[in-house]
Amino acid sequence: MSVVTNTTTIGAIDAPSRRNTELALMVFAIAISVFAYANVGLAMDGTLPSGMLGYGFGLILLGGVAHLVVRKFAPYADPLLLPLATLLNGLGLVLIWRLDQSERLIATAKSLYGAFTPSAPRQLLYSAVGVALFAAVLFLLKDHRILQRYTYISMVAALVLLILPMFFPGKFGAKIWITIAGFSIQPGEFAKIIIAIFFAGYLMVKRDALALASRRFMGLYLPRGRDLGPILVIWAMSILILVFETDLGTSLLFFGLFVIMLYVATERTSWIVFGLLMSAVGAVGVATFEPHVQQRVDAWLDPFGEKTMAHSDQIAQALMSFGSGGTLGTGLGQGHSDLIGFAANADFILSTVGEELGLAGMMAVLLIYGLIVERGVRTALAARDPFGKLLAIGLSGAFAIQVFVVAGGVMGLIPLTGMTMPFLAAGGSSVIANWALIGILIRISDTARRPAPAPAPSSDAEMTQVVRP
Amino acid sequence: MSELTLTVMRLGFLAVLWLFVIVAVQVIRSDLFGTRVTQRGSRRNAGDTRPQQARQTAAAPPQQRQQPGRQRRGAPTKLVVSEGTLTGTTVALQGQTITLGRAHDSTIVLDDDYASSRHARIYPDRDGQWIVEDLGSTNGTYLDRTRLTTPTPVPLGAPIRIGKTVIELRK
Repeated sequence: MSVVTNTTTIGAIDAPSRRNTELALMVFAIAISVFAYANVGLAMDGTLPSGMLGYGFGLILLGGVAHLVVRKFAPYADPLLLPLATLLNGLGLVLIWRLDQSERLIATAKSLYGAFTPSAPRQLLYSAVGVALFAAVLFLLKDHRILQRYTYISMVAALVLLILPMFFPGKFGAKIWITIAGFSIQPGEFAKIIIAIFFAGYLMVKRDALALASRRFMGLYLPRGRDLGPILVIWAMSILILVFETDLGTSLLFFGLFVIMLYVATERTSWIVFGLLMSAVGAVGVATFEPHVQQRVDAWLDPFGEKTMAHSDQIAQALMSFGSGGTLGTGLGQGHSDLIGFAANADFILSTVGEELGLAGMMAVLLIYGLIVERGVRTALAARDPFGKLLAIGLSGAFAIQVFVVAGGVMGLIPLTGMTMPFLAAGGSSVIANWALIGILIRISDTARRPAPAPAPSSDAEMTQVVRP
Repeated sequence: MSELTLTVMRLGFLAVLWLFVIVAVQVIRSDLFGTRVTQRGSRRNAGDTRPQQARQTAAAPPQQRQQPGRQRRGAPTKLVVSEGTLTGTTVALQGQTITLGRAHDSTIVLDDDYASSRHARIYPDRDGQWIVEDLGSTNGTYLDRTRLTTPTPVPLGAPIRIGKTVIELRK
């Protein structure tokens, strides 16, 4: 008694390219930015700002070029990465322009440097350079696995980039800039991408040795002594950066990135425990001896204390602006976050978000950062090759750590560091490097989501059928 | 600018910002593509097959086997749904009775507004000739253009129409 009914084949649904979804979201993102721009103008002057057309057009041009490049060179890429980055960049431009209008900041700049130059046009220019680099990455990098060949070259390049600032005079208490022909560059921003390439290439080869050769002790897999070598070297490097460049941000980014990638590559929780212990020991050790770091820690522990206020009231002002923003904010252009003074549009741009858009707006902005990281991790899950997986995790991990370090610093969760909010803050290196980062992620996601070629039809399929008893 | 306008704009901006986040999350949701179920017997129609039909036909319980007739040369080997929601479904003909209707235990569960729960059956007679019989359906079963009143032999390739569904026997 058997009857054959028709049999079924289960296969993956072809991934749609979703470029039109991306286009719709791009239009939405640019519309939000232009709306924010109009909002600021109406609140501050009562009229639509004269530069609105220019900025709107510039954003449309940048977004349009980026979208067309993705459509041409990475047709199956993730539809969300580009619109999210565009929205952050557009919002950043609006916030920087808004702070440019502040008379208080203009007066401060005049008394400090003798002249005031608005940051927004420069930021638009840097964004254009960033989008150009984004396009170049997609155009030149046809396959992300090419980067694997440059594993050790990128190690050297990253080390050079990280060490270079030591030989240049420090600015604002941290040596993270290099100055060439009047341009100051923050090499740490570029180093984070290059170091992710190195870690991905290195860990892909070594991960078995690191994961399998271990002893079990108290529920943790302890690595062998000689396998501890690399993590010790990286730890020492990050401590050296902390000591000589007095920059907690770069040091934390560098070490945190390694621990994340080590964990992802080996699936051993012990690396996280080790990493946290080592960074805690390192941070406490350096904070006790290095006066600049100590100052930052003091400002974090007691932002309203006399000692801190005598030196700088930035953190206190930032905390006050978050408080005065409340749940729904004061409205764009109506806050007083310019009281932070110097670096209000760079490291402290989040306090403008917090004051003028309130907790609701802040949450939305943090969610947008979270979504970028989520898409990066999703790309890593979808990627078929281990190098692509590790690289995508590394890049999104670096992005996440940077957001955490800056947001945590501004909000008083951790000591303040000299890093900038990706896309949002004024700063050329940051916006250019982050566009390149998004470019690489889009390249990996295009490879990952590209439908696999259909298998050749097999004649056996017709013959084998499910026989039901 | 009046206070009211500014308040509306302030809240409007937050609403738009959140709307963007929600739309982005919706895009992620629609991005989670699962698997597709295709019929092996109808690769040509793989594009329009739906998972639903496989579930329905797979759920069909075993039918009572009729007296197996001798396989003649030129006898049909499969039954193909060529029109309707189940387009592309095939059932191999191996001497069993095939019931058609909306009832869940039919061999082919029709998702058709004009079909009765036990609409028709197709079975081989002793000579191996396939017969279609209307089981007292409301809207009738048509072979070519004629409404069936008695069990009728089915020629190869002749359309059997039940509501919007068309079924053919093929080699």
